[in-house]
Order: sequence, then C-alpha cells, then structure tokens
Amino acid sequence: MRDAGKTYDPELWKSMVDMGWAGILVPESAGGSDMGHAAACVLAEEMGKTLAASPFLSTAVIAATALRQVTDQRASEALARIASGDATYALAVDESAKFDPAKTRMEARAEGNGFRLSGQKKFVADGGNADRLLVLARTGEDLTLFDLPADREGISRDGKEMIDSRDSADIRFNDVAATGDEVLGQVGEAMAVLRPALEAGQAALAAEMTGLAAGALGTTIEYLKERKQFGVPIGAFQALQHRAAHLWCECEVTASAILHAGRMLDNDPENATLAVSLAKARASDTAQRAVQEGVQMHGGIGMTDAFDMGFYMKRARVAAEWLGDYGYHANIVAQSRGF
Amino acid sequence: MEATDLQAFRADLRAWLEENCPQEMRDGRNDEASICWGGKNWNFASEAQRIWLERCVTKGYTVPTWPVEYGGAGLNREQEKIFHEEMRRLNARYPLQSFGIWMLGPALLHFGTHEQKLHYLPPIARGEIRWCQGYSEPGAGSDLASLQTRCEDKGDHWLVNGQKIWTSYADKADWIFALVRTDREAPKHKGISFVLIDMQSEGVSTRPIRLISGVSPFCETFFDNVKVPKDQVVGEVNRGWDVAKYLLTHEREMISAAGGTMGSGRALGAVLAESETGLTDPILRADAMRAEIDGLAIGLTLERYKDQAEAGQGAGDASAMLKYMGTELNKRKLELVMAAGGSDALAWEDGRAPNWLRTKANSIEGGTSEVMLSIIAKRVLGLPG
Ligand SMILES: Cc1cc2nc3c(=O)[nH]c(=O)nc-3n(C[C@H](O)[C@H](O)[C@H](O)COP(=O)(O)OP(=O)(O)OC[C@H]3O[C@@H](n4cnc5c(N)ncnc54)[C@H](O)[C@@H]3O)c2cc1C
Ligand SMILES: Cc1cc2nc3c(=O)[nH]c(=O)nc-3n(C[C@H](O)[C@H](O)[C@H](O)COP(=O)(O)OP(=O)(O)OC[C@H]3O[C@@H](n4cnc5c(N)ncnc54)[C@H](O)[C@@H]3O)c2cc1C
Repeated sequence: MRDAGKTYDPELWKSMVDMGWAGILVPESAGGSDMGHAAACVLAEEMGKTLAASPFLSTAVIAATALRQVTDQRASEALARIASGDATYALAVDESAKFDPAKTRMEARAEGNGFRLSGQKKFVADGGNADRLLVLARTGEDLTLFDLPADREGISRDGKEMIDSRDSADIRFNDVAATGDEVLGQVGEAMAVLRPALEAGQAALAAEMTGLAAGALGTTIEYLKERKQFGVPIGAFQALQHRAAHLWCECEVTASAILHAGRMLDNDPENATLAVSLAKARASDTAQRAVQEGVQMHGGIGMTDAFDMGFYMKRARVAAEWLGDYGYHANIVAQSRGF
Repeated sequence: MEATDLQAFRADLRAWLEENCPQEMRDGRNDEASICWGGKNWNFASEAQRIWLERCVTKGYTVPTWPVEYGGAGLNREQEKIFHEEMRRLNARYPLQSFGIWMLGPALLHFGTHEQKLHYLPPIARGEIRWCQGYSEPGAGSDLASLQTRCEDKGDHWLVNGQKIWTSYADKADWIFALVRTDREAPKHKGISFVLIDMQSEGVSTRPIRLISGVSPFCETFFDNVKVPKDQVVGEVNRGWDVAKYLLTHEREMISAAGGTMGSGRALGAVLAESETGLTDPILRADAMRAEIDGLAIGLTLERYKDQAEAGQGAGDASAMLKYMGTELNKRKLELVMAAGGSDALAWEDGRAPNWLRTKANSIEGGTSEVMLSIIAKRVLGLPG
C-alpha cells in the first residue's frame, strides 16, 4: 500500500464499515452497535497486529465519543453518518511538535452568531482524507471545539509523507467561518466533550500499540525458531531467549493496563484518566521496546525495507507521539498518584 | 454472586473491621518488626497484635479464602477482593503471615488427603504452628531437582539424612516441609517426595546464617537419622516434584505481590516525598514515575491472572512472569528509596537500609530471575534447547 503511494485504503475502511466497526461506539438508535470501549480496544489491538491503516481511531473512536457527549439532533445525525461510513473525521488539536491541548493558540473570533477561525494545526492524523474535522480553538480565555466540513472555504490541507506512510496533514485555517451550530458542546467548554474523546482515543491507540508489540514479538519468536546459525536455531541461545522472554513479560503487563483502561472507560468514565494514561504510557514504552528488540534479534534482515519489522518500528514511533507521549502521560499518572 | 449480596458482605465486613481492628494495627506496616508470624514460640510484639490475631481467627480472616472447615472464611474471588479493599481502607495490618499460609496451605489444599488437611491447616490458620521451607541444598539451587537429601523407607517409618541450606526462619519454625530423595535410581525429577517433618524430631538441627541486611532469618538445616512417620508424605511417593512445583507458583506470586501497587499500598511518590529533600531531583522523580507506572501495571496483571485462575484458565507459568517482573521492580523501588533518603538512609538505625538490602534476595529466592526467564522462553514461547 505504501508503495502504491496511498496513505489509507478506502476499500479496507469500507469492509470495516460493512462489518459494523465504524459504529462500535455509536448508539443503536443511530445505527451503531454500541459495544463499548473495551470492545473497541480489542479491534484496535487486532489492527495493530496486522498494521491495518484506517480512520478507525479518528472516526469510530475519537469523533464518535466526542459526538456522544452531545445530545442534540445534529450530533445523532453525525453519529449515524459515522456508523454508515458516510463520514470520516480527523481531530485537529496539535499546534506544536508535542501534544498539549491546554496550550492551544488558534483563535476562534466571535462574529455575529458565528465564529471566524484562524491559525494552524499540525500532525492531524487522518486529516488529509477526512470528510470532517474536529478543531480545537480558543474563544477568549477558554477553549471551544468545532465540528467542520474539511472542504470549508479557507481550510487548506498539506498532506505530509510520514515515516509510517499513513495519512497525516498540516492544516491551515484562514479566516474560516463557523456557525454557532458547529460548536460541539458549549462555547468555552471544549474539554467536557474533548476529554472523554481523547481518553477513548488514547486507550484505543494504546491497544493498537499493544497489538503492534505482540505482532513484532510473534514475528521475532518465529524467526528465532527458524533461523539457524552455528548449526542450531538461534532461539536456542540463552542471550536471545532472555531478551525475548523479557519482552513477552512487558507485553503481558501492558496488556493488563489496556484491559483495565477499556473497562474503566465503560464502567466509570469520570474516573478513567489514570487508567488511560497508564495504558498509553506503558503501551508507548512496550511497543518501542518490542520493535527495537525485534530488529536486533533479526540481525541484518531486520534492517531491510521489505521486511515487516521496519513497518512496525515506524508505526510504533508515530503512535508513541500521537495523543501524548510517554512523558505527557507519565506526568498525569504522577499527578494522580500524589507526586 | 448478586451485587446486593456483595454490598451486604462489604457492609458487614466494614462494620466488623471498624469494631474489631485495634487502633495500633491500623498503620499498614508490613516490615519485619511488625509482621506477626505466629508459632509455638511466638512472642507478640504488643497486646494489640495478639488481640487482632485472636479476633481474626474467630472469623477465618487470617486465611480468608480457605474453606471454613480448615479455618478459613470460605470467601470467593469477589469477596476476597472486597476483603483486601476494606483492609486497605482501614490501612489494617494483616493479622498473620507465614509460609504455612502462603505456600504449604495451597499445596495441601490441592494435594493433601482430607485427614492431612484437617490435621495441618487449622493450626496454620490459627497461627499456632509456624512452618519453614526445606528445598535448597548446597548442591541444589537453581537446579533444585538435583537435591540429595536421602529419605529411606524403613517399613514403619521414613529415615531422613542430609542437609538443607538457606532455610528461612528454620530456627524459629515448628515444622518444615521438605523435598527429599526417595528413589536414587530414577531420573532426577521422578525420585523426589514431599515430606512434613517436626523440627523437634531427634536429629534435626539448625545453624543460623547472617544476611547482608544484618539480621539472620535463614539457616543451614541438618537431618541426622531423623525418623518421620509414614503418613507425613504429601501426594504420592516419588511424585513430590509435582507438589514442589505447584507450591513454587504460589511462592512466586507471593514474592511478586510485593511489587504491584494498583490501589494498594502507598504510591511511591508519597513515600519518597517524605524524605528530607523530597522529590525535587528531576532524575529521581523521573525514575520514580517509571517505577510507579510499572508497579501499577504489574498490580493489574496480578489481578488479571487471579481472575483468569478463578475462571479456570490456568496461568501456571504466568507466576514466573509475575515473580520476575515484581521482584525486579521491587529492587528498583528500594534503590529509589535509598536515593531519596540520601545520607539519612545510610545509618542502620534509620531502618531503610535493611529493607533495601533484603530486596536483593527477591530476585534469587523462590527461583532466580534468570531461571524465570528460561522457564518463560521454553514453556511459554516454545523456544528450543
Ligand atoms: C546496514 C548493514 C550493513 C552491512 N554491511 C555489511 C558489509 O559491508 N559487509 C558484510 O560482509 N556484511 C555486512 N552486513 C552484514 C552484518 O555483518 C550481518 O548482518 C551480521 O554479521 C549479523 O548476521 P546476520 O544478519 O546473518 O544475523 P544472524 O547471525 O542470523 O543473527 C540473528 C540474531 O541472532 C543473534 N545470534 C547469532 N548467533 C548468536 C550466538 N551464538 N549467541 C547469541 N546470539 C546470537 C545475533 O546477535 C542476532 O541478534 C551489514 C549489515 C547491515 C545491517
Ligand atoms: C533471603 C533468601 C531466603 C531463602 N529462603 C529459602 C527457604 O526458605 N527455603 C529454601 O529452600 N530456599 C531458600 N532460599 C534459596 C533460594 O531458593 C536459592 O538461593 C535459589 O534457588 C538460587 O539457588 P543458589 O543460591 O544455589 O544459586 P545458583 O543456582 O548457584 O545460581 C547462581 C547464579 O547463576 C544463575 N543460574 C543458575 N542456573 C542458571 C541457568 N540454567 N541459566 C542461567 N543462569 C543460571 C542464577 O540465576 C544466579 O544468578 C532463599 C534464598 C535467599 C537469598
């Protein structure tokens, strides 16, 4: 797919929609299956294992969760379009090289009944192809979240070639008009809508990374059994056995954090912050360890471009950054644990 | 179990704990000086410690998950979780800890005859008999199955000769559960039996060995023509390795539990912040954050495995993982405690140094970290060799 110059495969997304995955967090009344975050994490984990590129996280997890925080007609129609595959979304939050929604500078100036948005977003995952954008902007002191069509006049998208070959865009907003209706939730209260959406996305992204780590580990274990040097499978060397065993331990421990995050989001979403940040921190760490160990234990072949391990490594690097890196989430854990 | 039943259980338990747990026992301490080990020679550190044990015994709360007929409270997994939550809520000390509770009990519940269970379990639950573990020998450490302590069938009794080493608390224990060789011809795993021996028996002697942490909780243990009654073998003769391994999984989980902290114990940051300079050093703070994150995740893994075990999805080799991850983490944590303490922590009387030094054994006792990794590589990952 990368070599065909595409950043995602619309056919793959269509088949995911047909299987009902787009509506996994959409209420049944809007045509979804409403299976919850733990189930969404299971799907994301599979996608990580198989390196499937799709707007699942941005659309079915993040945007769907954001829209669910709002209970008007417009939001439920938007949810229905997500479930049916008629709309894909991207979340436009980042403005600098590090995720930090609180530092948002992009301005939404009130004008009449609406707003005018000006500024620049970067590292908008799935932003090159998405039909709609969730945009975080400052209205005076406070933050407001907008739900806009991506082809609105004044929006220009600059698709970036990323190391993981997936869709990511820098997006410029040049005096873009937004109506009051396009505010998601209340003016000045973006976080009421965005926090649950981010947490859902962070948990699912952590799940994707856990699947990715498991995929890298599985590929490596197979190779250790196959590859012979010195007349024996290299998996017979204790130096490699212990590296692989340690990696497996890390993966097991991280899997527990993912499971817990999914359950907390389903059962006690008001108090899920610690569980989600724990999951994202652990997953970022584990996935990056898994790909590094994977390359090392493959020797020369691990460095070749045609081989999967490199794809795992690049995706792990991007996913570790997206929606907050290890340090960002470690600080949240530390705060809630009284550091 | 119905949610309302669980709520009622929690309410009753909470009321009972509030009423019965002495104030002095509500400091959550779990260091050597505060643990109640029980046994014939036990000297209670305080009246509160004695009362707390006595009251818990009447409810079966020293061994909450054991069946009532063997001295437990017969709690199921959900109730057990609640029990620990409520104990933590009060910051209550555990009333009794022992090798009998952690290791021998589970093995007897699984392999013992009904008579053996009735005979040996209730005194463990009541804290009357203290047990020690006779596995390691000078020539049999990681390669435990090469043990040589000899046990001969003399018709109406067994005769035991040999030496054990690193036997924790052998000098304070009333009884020992030991691995002995009952068949010298069979392959090494197939000639081992699991026997229970009264430390008062003629021919048993111990010699303490001092640890780097200053105290002397372990010993050499000698068996010189020790007569053991025939009914003191657990499981089948020559099949003791099965019992030994089963017990080791419990031992490993117990040792690893010290590492995990989700919701339990105190946050590492809070502990470190108490030292004079607190958490102002950015490197210390970053290391502590990592340790906290790993500890929370390991704690969740412990819970996940318990849930799986409850659901009948055996996680036998998983104990090797918990043991390895839990103990390596615990060592990291105590390094941080020492670093935060600075020179204050270097004086023996300060008390942090012995704990720090003691944790170094965590990745050795009950099977070393390297052995755990090899078990995982072979049994879980299926690597050759
Ligand atoms: C970028 C790059 C440039 C290179 N340039 C050159 C070059 O110019 N000329 C040239 O001749 N070669 C070159 N090589 C090849 C390089 O020397 C080999 O890749 C290297 O020797 C490893 O061999 P291998 O790839 O067959 O891995 P393997 O030998 O199959 O090793 C696979 C894994 O098993 C481990 N392993 C193997 N044996 C043991 C053991 N006994 N005990 C413990 N672990 C073991 C290894 O450490 C590794 O982790 C290059 C490789 C790369 C990646
Ligand atoms: C504080 C403490 C309390 C203890 N309490 C008890 C007790 O109550 N009862 C009891 O029976 N025992 C007890 N032990 C003993 C403990 O179980 C043994 O120390 C342990 O099994 C290791 O055996 P060893 O000391 O002979 O080390 P060895 O087996 O000699 O190991 C030395 C080093 O070699 C490594 N090594 C060994 N084999 C391999 C291999 N195949 N591959 C890679 N590396 C290997 C080990 O990991 C270790 O690093 C206690 C130990 C300590 C420290």
